[in-house]
Amino acid sequence: MFAFIVRRITQAILVMLIISLIGFAIKQSVGDPIREITGISVSAAEREALREKLGLNDPFLVQWLRFIGKALQGDLGNSFYFKRPALQVILTKAPATLELVFSTSIIVVLLSVPIGIYAAVRPRSWLSRFFMGASIVGVSIPVFLSAILLIYVFSVGLGWLPSYGRGELVEIVPGWQSGYFTIDGLKHLILPSIALSSIMLPLFIRLIRAEMKEVLETEYIKFARAKGLKPGRILFVHAFKNTLLPVITVGGVQLGTLIAFTILTETVFQWKGMGSMFIESVERADTDLMVAYLVFVGFIFVTVNTLVDLVYGLVNPTVRISGRK
Amino acid sequence: MKRSVILFLAVIAILCTGFAHAATLRLAMDADPVSLDPHVQLSGGMLQYSHMVFDPLIRWTQEMEFEPRLAEKWERTDPLTVRVYLRKGVKFHSGNELTAKDVAWTLARLKKSQDYKALFEPFGEPVIVDDHTIDLKTTKPYGLTLNMCTYIFPMDSEFYSGQDEKGLAKDAIVKTEHSFANENESGTGPYVVESREPGQKWVLKAFPDYWDKNKGNVDTILLTPISEDATRVAALLAGDVDFIMPVPPQDFDRIEKAEGINLITMPGTRVITFQLNQKRREELKNPKVRQAIVYAVNNMGIVEKIMKGRATVAEQNSPEGYVGHVKELQPRFDLEKARQLMKEAGYEKGFTVSMIAPNNRYVNDEKIAEAVASMLSKINIKVELKTMPKAQFWDEFDAQVADIQMIGWHADTEDSANFFEFLNMCPNKETGYGQYNSGNYCNAKVDELTLASQSETDPAKRAKMLQDVERILYEDAAFVPLHWQMLSWAGSDKLKNADKIVNVMNFPYFGDLNMD
Repeated sequence: MFAFIVRRITQAILVMLIISLIGFAIKQSVGDPIREITGISVSAAEREALREKLGLNDPFLVQWLRFIGKALQGDLGNSFYFKRPALQVILTKAPATLELVFSTSIIVVLLSVPIGIYAAVRPRSWLSRFFMGASIVGVSIPVFLSAILLIYVFSVGLGWLPSYGRGELVEIVPGWQSGYFTIDGLKHLILPSIALSSIMLPLFIRLIRAEMKEVLETEYIKFARAKGLKPGRILFVHAFKNTLLPVITVGGVQLGTLIAFTILTETVFQWKGMGSMFIESVERADTDLMVAYLVFVGFIFVTVNTLVDLVYGLVNPTVRISGRK
Repeated sequence: MKRSVILFLAVIAILCTGFAHAATLRLAMDADPVSLDPHVQLSGGMLQYSHMVFDPLIRWTQEMEFEPRLAEKWERTDPLTVRVYLRKGVKFHSGNELTAKDVAWTLARLKKSQDYKALFEPFGEPVIVDDHTIDLKTTKPYGLTLNMCTYIFPMDSEFYSGQDEKGLAKDAIVKTEHSFANENESGTGPYVVESREPGQKWVLKAFPDYWDKNKGNVDTILLTPISEDATRVAALLAGDVDFIMPVPPQDFDRIEKAEGINLITMPGTRVITFQLNQKRREELKNPKVRQAIVYAVNNMGIVEKIMKGRATVAEQNSPEGYVGHVKELQPRFDLEKARQLMKEAGYEKGFTVSMIAPNNRYVNDEKIAEAVASMLSKINIKVELKTMPKAQFWDEFDAQVADIQMIGWHADTEDSANFFEFLNMCPNKETGYGQYNSGNYCNAKVDELTLASQSETDPAKRAKMLQDVERILYEDAAFVPLHWQMLSWAGSDKLKNADKIVNVMNFPYFGDLNMD
């Protein structure tokens, strides 16, 4: 077990190093931050002096090693735009993204489970066909388009919901501004969550439907039916439980996709979370913040995956052995 | 009992009338100002901020005339000196009173600012005559002292002196990290920054001790940056914000048609041009070829079709209203003549050139570049066009990687000479002139006239010099002028005088705004 842990952690560190290296490679080609922070009529000499001062003239490897050295001490650089440490900026933006992701997850769970089961049980009904058709459409429309459509229908056209931003916020713990505790904040949550869930929902409906159909064909369900159990009990207790396992596995993987799509959703709704912060940092050539975001998100992923692997290893010893050979 | 009810109602009534005059402006911009320190960056956003929280000595009116602000009046006492009489009884947000000392202190700080030091290079040590009189000195005769006064936003010298809790000097100008001035302000302006989350939300409150009682009635400004064009427009249409700037050109029609919303446009002063690099290409050294290119580019067509009429066709650098503007110069689209000139120059068969343009810096920049490329193909010049985001563009521009490069320019001094100094004078690393002259056009006469204009204090003579430069550039086809961009704002009709507070510099004077 000890060797397994060591191996897993070494892999995690290696992945982190590669992520930071890729982040740095991107940074070099995003553009020149100096241009962004100086006016256009500033002389070339002034600009060069500033570049030298910020260490942007050093070779790639020197800059990267300096970054690694500082990162080990918890310093991911300084955002040129926010004029604050990058990690601090990311942490202040994180709650917004987490709240959006959380609401989206709730919508996905609450809708995909009943719809998926229904479509599996009654595959031929017109409602199932409608859901399946709609999910194809949903998964094919890019999120930035569906988001704009939502804004134009519900904000501009009908005037029911606000068009942008997070609305009224309440500070629940220091550094965590929450929109969950005001009517206005909740109203602002609706459209972005729907837009973001339009990515995940079709996938989960189809997944649950497929798994459910498969399970319903199995012997033990037939047996349960023959035994005379109530149909509701068969569906929700015996069948559904067994469809959950693959759904949860996929769900974990899809969390990454969800975070990737927050970038688009947040930009359209001007939801000031990590996603829109990242896009803006690329546009502003705020390179330190951009790299810090990549490393931060990468770190979360790697940590979660490593932990999952370790727990898996504890639960299921064959995972440990298969890697050895 | 009855009495107390009446009293209660009276109080309510007073409160209501009190509130009726005060209004909240929800303002959405494409980006928020980057700092609270007006000297940290010379950019449109920072100047817009400065006009809210600080006051300049003098400001431009919509008609491009000088309007006294903190300077009550001024006079030129000799070619090197402008005497400025400061308004009395002006308070900073900290409560300190504005004196000549603050102006001198601000000027000294401007000369230290990386972004402003070049503009304030002509200025010498000012002389404080008394508490409310100061002599602004230049080291040689300088005709633009008053133009520069529009950039002097006096800062509270007492407030910004000393050290902050981190032991750093409070007056330090820091672009990328924490500084006292980046996070605290004390100006004399109509608004005080109450809270600020960069890139997210600003709350500005009316300054109760503001000197100008004759101002608008907006007592709170909620500034939200909305970088996404479509979202900004939707927020205005949905009534979530009251005023947006800028308005994306593709939405002009929609906003004009929308009820309760007014579109405000003004011919701007930013000229969009292409530079023809004579150092890289022998062909472009030939004035005939350059003229042929200018004749081949249908800039009227670009304004009409691509800009949808929301721009002014340019035939020179200086827009109307600038002293160097020459009225009789005409746009020169004539394909026959262009072909003729190419033939005369011996390039009937044409040649291939490279071209670069940004794709997110100017309005429709990419489309314009594509249009110009296809127009040049009509005179057999094959263009290899590459467009890129602005974050990458300027390094490529400086390295002069292409034969034809796009550049747009706005004169920070609101004066014609600024165009020539940066775009048309012979490039010179030492003096810094011609810093953005990637065409490497070099004409001794242009240099001579531009330099002479700097120290000419007679406005008539100076105008003549600058107009002569424009004529030379036109004859030489030094560059390809396209158009001046239009400025755009849109606001709900709750804003009573929105069209009066805007100007060609794009510094809306929100302090003067009246709302329902």
